[in-house]
Amino acid sequence: MLRFLLNRIAVLLPTFIGVTIISFLFIRLLPGDPIELLAGERGVTPERHAQLMHMMGFDKPIWQQYLTFVGDVLQGDLGQSIVTKRPVFDEFFTLFPATLELSICAIIFAIAIGLPAGIIAAVRRGSVFDHTVMATALTGYSMPIFWWGLLLIIVFSGTLGWTPVSGRISFMFFFDQVTGFMLIDSLLSGQKGAFASAVEHLILPTIVLGTIPLAVIARQTRSAMLEVLGEDYVRTARAKGLPPSRVIGLHALRNAMIPVITTIGLQVGVLLAGAILTETIFSWPGVGKWMIDSVSRRDYPAVQGGLLLIASLVMLVNLTVDILYGLINPRIRHRR
Amino acid sequence: MPALLDIRNLSVTFETAQGPFRAVDQVDFSVDTGERLAIVGESGSGKSVAMLAVMGLLPKTATVTADVMAFNGHDLRQLDARSRRKIIGRDMSMIFQEPIASLNPCFTVGFQIGEALKTHLGLDRAARRKRSIELLEAVGIPEPAQRLSAFPHQLSGGMSQRVMIAMAISCQPKLLIADEPTTALDVTIQAQILELLINLQKDTGMALVLITHDMGVVAETAERVVVQYAGQQVERQSIRGLFEAPHHPYTAALLAALPERAGRGRLPQIPGVVPGLGDQPDGCLFNPRCGYADDRCRRVVPPRTGPELGEALCHYPINGEEAA
Ligand SMILES: Nc1ncnc2c1ncn2[C@@H]1O[C@H](COP(=O)(O)OP(=O)(O)OP(=O)(O)O)[C@@H](O)[C@H]1O
Ligand code: SF4
Ligand SMILES: [Mg+2]
Repeated sequence: MLRFLLNRIAVLLPTFIGVTIISFLFIRLLPGDPIELLAGERGVTPERHAQLMHMMGFDKPIWQQYLTFVGDVLQGDLGQSIVTKRPVFDEFFTLFPATLELSICAIIFAIAIGLPAGIIAAVRRGSVFDHTVMATALTGYSMPIFWWGLLLIIVFSGTLGWTPVSGRISFMFFFDQVTGFMLIDSLLSGQKGAFASAVEHLILPTIVLGTIPLAVIARQTRSAMLEVLGEDYVRTARAKGLPPSRVIGLHALRNAMIPVITTIGLQVGVLLAGAILTETIFSWPGVGKWMIDSVSRRDYPAVQGGLLLIASLVMLVNLTVDILYGLINPRIRHRR
Repeated sequence: MPALLDIRNLSVTFETAQGPFRAVDQVDFSVDTGERLAIVGESGSGKSVAMLAVMGLLPKTATVTADVMAFNGHDLRQLDARSRRKIIGRDMSMIFQEPIASLNPCFTVGFQIGEALKTHLGLDRAARRKRSIELLEAVGIPEPAQRLSAFPHQLSGGMSQRVMIAMAISCQPKLLIADEPTTALDVTIQAQILELLINLQKDTGMALVLITHDMGVVAETAERVVVQYAGQQVERQSIRGLFEAPHHPYTAALLAALPERAGRGRLPQIPGVVPGLGDQPDGCLFNPRCGYADDRCRRVVPPRTGPELGEALCHYPINGEEAA
């Protein structure tokens, strides 16, 4: 197991180096630079521009800038935002709980619906339920997030007036950030109605962000279950006289979960990409929206640092998934 | 006393994309307590399907019909799913052809054996462990206590089949159905597993239905034999009668393919294959491969002969003249 872990980590190293290069280059490939955008309409004289670029070290050759960046990263320093002058690291982790809360809700939503839907569709293969699930999953998967978000806002916030349009909680409530998770903080605040307001604000973003993972999980679960249900050991389980709940819910599901867990893990990357759009639609104050804002301001340190942090988190999640995978699949755990 | 397992006129039809396919056609089985019955036939002759029908393990695409389908006083046709689950795995159990694939890779040996003990006998954890160790000992697994925590991928094919057997006999069944239990194993292991099955059968007094396509296995293990071809029972005999005087040409061909009968040199194989979906001939189903076939065989479905002719399903049973 330890060996297996070390192996996994060794594989991640080159990926990490690749990520530093990409996150560094990406923002510099876009036209415009931070000084120009900071100056805005007023403009800036070429002399002043050059002076500022020199101050921030952006006039050095690109490889030199990269090495400085990597050197700083290795010392745990991601630099400061050009706009707010706050450390990128702090900025990121102040906003991250909002993204995390939304992502967790979205993945729970996707698993809570996708997993049972996939299982039932497989068990009742060819039924109306199966066809409905498959058709819905295909639609959900191909739904453009932006369009889907706006549609939900128009129907549920506009026409029906059931849900709020944006933000994490109503302006009526104000309390200190304790955990950064609005659902928990609102409860801790003890203010009446705060929790309900937080929930209301979460519903639409959760659905929007969770739709694609839901579709993927439902389809993957169905196909994994279909494969597993035809296996000999499932017949053995039935031959033992076990009830269907145990045959399907334990013997088949445990095996089907092996590919499904990998799929869920891969959805984390999809989720973070989706969070960028979702947060923008719903003015959700998380890292996704912050990244978009930073890109449009050409805030080099914020973008490269933010991308690096996001990528590291995705890799961390994938590593966790690998470990989980090993735990659930004895054949991997015992491999020497 | 009625037979332990009494099956009459059992047919199984599968709904397939190319139309209905009758995999088992009007077969009869009767097995008494403590008896050993062999069902022999080539691949695709409906041996497994017939027994899966008895166990109630066929998919929904299968239609099962029978005049009588009784086990231990239960009418299997009338049983609802819940009552059937009380019987299978307890009084009637089955082991399969692919031992490695038949064990769940995600659970330990101990867990998989314990499951039946818990479901049917309600044993607690300690009692399950004790009984599981006894069972593993009984099927000849060394260091049984350690093996309880092994996962299937850590076992060889022979070991896996032993575990399957331990699982199947865990609730002291009255009937054990062994569906080609040795086909997937090495030759040396095959003999050991067969010996184990027979010893267990003798010790416990359970009935044993042994499915095989190997006449050699039949000779060593069974008391009575049913020869099955293309879903039909073409001959039913005692083991002695069958080996001394086979009556159906198919039985004779299977026996001629035995190494000790063929002498040195190549084994005479029966040319052709068992007809499957869509290529079933008119008349006798064996006629395309039968050396005795004539026009009548190709047109008219043969009748069932009497017990003196092994109940052979044939127009021209071998030794028909002497017996008549
Ligand atoms: N689920 C199914 N749907 C359609 N046809 C099936 C199904 N299961 C089995 N059959 C067909 O029924 C026939 C008999 O199959 P069966 O498995 O009983 O053969 P067998 O005698 O056990 O052969 P083997 O020695 O290969 O195990 C075969 O032609 C097979 O293709
Ligand atoms: S009926 Fe004819 S074809 Fe069929 S087994 Fe007998 S002799 Fe052969
Ligand atoms: Mg078979």
